[in-house]
Amino acid sequence: MPTDTLIMPKQSLHETKLPLTLDALRPGNYAVIEKLDGSSVKIRQRLLEMGLTRGTSLQVIRFAPLGDPIEIAVRGYRLSLRKEEASSVVVRKLSEPV
Amino acid sequence: MNNVVSTDILSVAIIGNPNAGKSSLFNALTGMRQKVANYPGVTVEKKEGRILLNDGSEVTLIDLPGIYSLTANSPDEIIAVNALFGLIEDTPQPDVVICVVDATNIERNLYLVSQIIDYHIPTVVALNMMDIAEQQGISINEKKLSEELGIPVIPTVANKAIGIEELKSAIIQKSYRANTRRWKLPPALDTEWDELQKMLQKEYDFSEPRALHEAMILLSSSGNLDEYRSRFQNNIIEHVSKVHQKLEFLGIDCQSAFIEARYEWIKKICEQTVRSPKQKNVSFSDKLDRILTHKFWGFAIFLMLMALMFQAIFSWATVPMDYINSGFDWLGVQITHILPAGDLQHLLVNGILGGVGAVVAFLPQILFLFLFLGLLEDTGYMARAAFIMDRVMRKVGLHGKSFIPLLSSFACAIPAIMATRTIENRKDRLVTMLVAPLMSCSARLPVYTLLIGAFIPHRMILGFFSLPGLTMIGLYLFGMIVALLMAWLFKKTLLTGDTPAFIMELPAYKMPSLRSVLLQMWERSMLFLKRAGTFILGVSIILWFLATYPKTDQGSSADQLEHSFAGQTGHIIEPLIKPLGFDWKIGIGLIASLLQREVFVSTMGTIYNIKDTDHNEGLLSLRQHLEQDADPVTGKPTFTILTAICLMVYYALAMQCFSTVAVMKRETNGWKWPFFQLAYMTGLAYTTTFIVYRIGLWIMQI
Repeated sequence: MPTDTLIMPKQSLHETKLPLTLDALRPGNYAVIEKLDGSSVKIRQRLLEMGLTRGTSLQVIRFAPLGDPIEIAVRGYRLSLRKEEASSVVVRKLSEPV
Repeated sequence: MNNVVSTDILSVAIIGNPNAGKSSLFNALTGMRQKVANYPGVTVEKKEGRILLNDGSEVTLIDLPGIYSLTANSPDEIIAVNALFGLIEDTPQPDVVICVVDATNIERNLYLVSQIIDYHIPTVVALNMMDIAEQQGISINEKKLSEELGIPVIPTVANKAIGIEELKSAIIQKSYRANTRRWKLPPALDTEWDELQKMLQKEYDFSEPRALHEAMILLSSSGNLDEYRSRFQNNIIEHVSKVHQKLEFLGIDCQSAFIEARYEWIKKICEQTVRSPKQKNVSFSDKLDRILTHKFWGFAIFLMLMALMFQAIFSWATVPMDYINSGFDWLGVQITHILPAGDLQHLLVNGILGGVGAVVAFLPQILFLFLFLGLLEDTGYMARAAFIMDRVMRKVGLHGKSFIPLLSSFACAIPAIMATRTIENRKDRLVTMLVAPLMSCSARLPVYTLLIGAFIPHRMILGFFSLPGLTMIGLYLFGMIVALLMAWLFKKTLLTGDTPAFIMELPAYKMPSLRSVLLQMWERSMLFLKRAGTFILGVSIILWFLATYPKTDQGSSADQLEHSFAGQTGHIIEPLIKPLGFDWKIGIGLIASLLQREVFVSTMGTIYNIKDTDHNEGLLSLRQHLEQDADPVTGKPTFTILTAICLMVYYALAMQCFSTVAVMKRETNGWKWPFFQLAYMTGLAYTTTFIVYRIGLWIMQI
């Protein structure tokens, strides 16, 4: 259908524009942190100090029973954070652990 | 010179991440020789103890709050920083710092170490939980780690007292004196840091390490600089602002540069010194979490744990409570044998034993409660409770962390209000503090127990739950729901703001250290007993006096009580409480328990014991008295099931606790919030009880 072919490239264009963030990953996914932005200075400071610095690899472990917050494994420990905070962590998905 | 002190070390501070085993290490070093207080002006707990070093000298050990970093965002972090720089009154600047590092979580734990060694304070690393690290197949080359960090590293297992002697030896050596920073910042930032440090030293008379620290904080806070205007002069702020612009132009993000540089250094050290198993087994903690944070089982187990806790408090604790009660009864009988009848005997048996005994009898319940909360905390489950409940708490605009203080509020609102200091956002902390006393605390238990025992029929529901037990759970749920509703209301009206961030470590589960759980349970329960023993003793004597004098020559003891000061006051407020279905005797109880709710029970005890001294029926339990009490005019029972329910509703919602008011005053630094809290809770209690009473009357008419 011609309409489909019209929409498809638009969507993929849209996807490449939007960076992938931590909250969009699924349990079991591995990823590397590319940068932190969007959050307030204090929240950013806390996330960085808890070890979420550029280039750090992580794994999403699970979502809380009600779907939020997220539990991740990073630097050998478990951290929980809300999807809202996770949406400020820009990541690159990996197919397997580093 | 004092010949006992052979070193120049006077005080040692212990610092570390939360969950690194700091408390266990503190206990292992000091034994039972410790005292708990607060840092002046804030209610951050300050633990102090004495340790005997290997050279025979005795030094003070100060326990600093468990923190992840020294960047001073929360009250705990500010206290830790100020203590390290010797800026706190009555707390000496530490000569040596012990930094506790969790060996199973070394990377993030070393972050705090990297900050502390910046300040050139002699530091020893206690590499704790080595046994668990070994079990997980993690091996650490301590010698190499020590070389790389430039400070001594002592492996320890604090809860088994392993490595304690070695740690003490390392303290004496006080060996760290390195002056070079081992982690590398972008050169441009490094230069600016250096320059700003010198500026601050000149302008403010800061010590070198403190200037270094403040310079780092200022440089890290791009976009947030205005917050520091009150602390620093304009020329400093402007200078920093210019530096920010300059570095940004160079592509340096000041905030992340410091943190990334430290973590990079740590990563390199870990690569050289730590070996972790390549094939990671699914840990025990993970297996547990698959169940405990499961969509269905997670909640089911959470609710079951709560139910078990209340079952223990309500049912199991009654056995020792009965023993305590009969003990006090026995004591009363002994006194009547020894002392001649008269005012003194009367005061001792009815005033003091009756009053204090009624409260001491609730000690088993309080012990059970503190034991449960201590176990939940020590096993690591508390963090999961916050993880599970965050979504619910967020619905009312709060943080998952608010759940823990609110849960502790079931024990007592005072530690709960103090526990809110982990909440960084001020407004959220205030909302949590305001609603915490609505959770049914242990002081309400005596009131509930008395009324439920007397008026709620003992019937079984579904063969397992008893109606009294369900009523109790109902009351707890009622308080909880009202607390959440009020929190939502406060967030919507008075204290509007964004829902705070939720960034929390989920520590690995561990076997609880029975010793520290029991120690904590003991300390807290003794605190309660002290209050029962002193405050309530005083209130009991005053009440006995008010209920005994002025004396009348004629009439029964009922007339005597009505004639007394207490009876008069009760009568005065009767028109005010009549709409709630309360008579003047309950009025006396309400007035007497304004300072402390559990006094209601002892007041009722005193009131009814006094009435009973004319009859020779022996000591009837208070419950029976309440059931049998009848209006002298109409002959109808004073206490009905509706009165009992109204009273419980009133007590569930009213403040009736002076200690909470005092803590609120200290925590909020003023009388505004405690008075507001007192007013809103009393108003809420009065209105709700009125509505319940009216509905009750209406139902009874049908």
